[in-house]
Amino acid sequence: MKHCLIVDDSRVIRKVARRILEELAFEIGEAEDGALALDYCRQQMPDAILLDWNMPNMNGLEFLRALRGGGAGSEGERPVVLFCTTENDLDHITAAIEAGANEYIMKPFDKEILEAKFTETGLL
Amino acid sequence: MTPAEFDFIAQYLKQKSGLVLTPDKQYLLDSRLTPVARRFNLPDLTALILKLRSGGDETVSKAVVEAMTTNESFFFRDKTPFEQFERMMLPALMKARAGQKRLRIWCAAASTGQEPYSLAMILKDKALSAQGWAVEIVGTDLSTEVLARATDGLYSQFEVQRGLPIQMLVKHFEKEGEQWRIKPDIRNAVKYRQANLLEPFRGHLTYDVIYCRNVLIYFDQPAKKDILERMAKLLAHDGYLVLGAAETVIGLTTAFAPVEGARGIYAKTAAASSLQAAI
Repeated sequence: MKHCLIVDDSRVIRKVARRILEELAFEIGEAEDGALALDYCRQQMPDAILLDWNMPNMNGLEFLRALRGGGAGSEGERPVVLFCTTENDLDHITAAIEAGANEYIMKPFDKEILEAKFTETGLL
Repeated sequence: MTPAEFDFIAQYLKQKSGLVLTPDKQYLLDSRLTPVARRFNLPDLTALILKLRSGGDETVSKAVVEAMTTNESFFFRDKTPFEQFERMMLPALMKARAGQKRLRIWCAAASTGQEPYSLAMILKDKALSAQGWAVEIVGTDLSTEVLARATDGLYSQFEVQRGLPIQMLVKHFEKEGEQWRIKPDIRNAVKYRQANLLEPFRGHLTYDVIYCRNVLIYFDQPAKKDILERMAKLLAHDGYLVLGAAETVIGLTTAFAPVEGARGIYAKTAAASSLQAAI
């Protein structure tokens, strides 16, 4: 079973994403912001990370840079990272890709979009 | 909806477009024709059907046929037919056409443009035109309404997130308000025109690849056979026909045979075995 970490400061979004991804047979972990997500990754590196952009303490982009830079250990290059955010302009998307994001989901999302994007990145 | 109303509309659609509407598709009538009824200020489907029965109003008739024959469309829908294009069909055709450097592709159910644009994006990424190749993509559909959308090339955020990798979005689209517009070089690679597959194919040249996916399912057996056999006449001797995942030529016509090892891809019967060897 593949393991996906959902990073979002909204409990509702985490719940919705969890329900969809559990249906797609993922084992789910949750974190409320980038700093907690880094702690989580230091404990156990997930296969996939669904990542919000705007969060308190450490935002999604800062988290991604830290992760890819080895801030959570040497395995930081491995997880497939999918941004999932209301930021939907080219500048944000480009910055995310440059920081090492594999895919980018613009909110609002539904099961069909998550499934398409997870398939796109070889997770399904 | 009464059984008599259903029978009438099923017969009507069959006659106008060849669409075969089985009783299990009744839900489609509700979801697709209710907006049409509203557009013409009619209270419900019963009133819309009455309007069709009385005849004389071509606009209503056309709107009904278009609403019922329109497909949902995704970029890179089903993935495999595009991977097969890139990995198998395109290399084989580039080898076979190395002299004239010309390719023609027909998307016979182009709908809102996602399929022809997906092919155009692949061709753009392969830099074919930079190597002196002239590639023509023709998109046809029964519905002028969907072709107007295809020509416009403007897609919702929802539409660009189904099947389209984010790198492709960044490379080939521009944001416009909350929507995304395909860039002019991709847009201009496709020519659209209205065509009914049941009618004689006019103004077509020979094609190297014909995409005819998820449209034959709407027709009855004789119509499917007729369409496929007329398509065979428009396909180059070593060209490819691409059908939808749930479709086949088997039992319909001997004009085409499956290309072995390539699901959904067919070739003219005389060429099928040699194309198999070329994979």
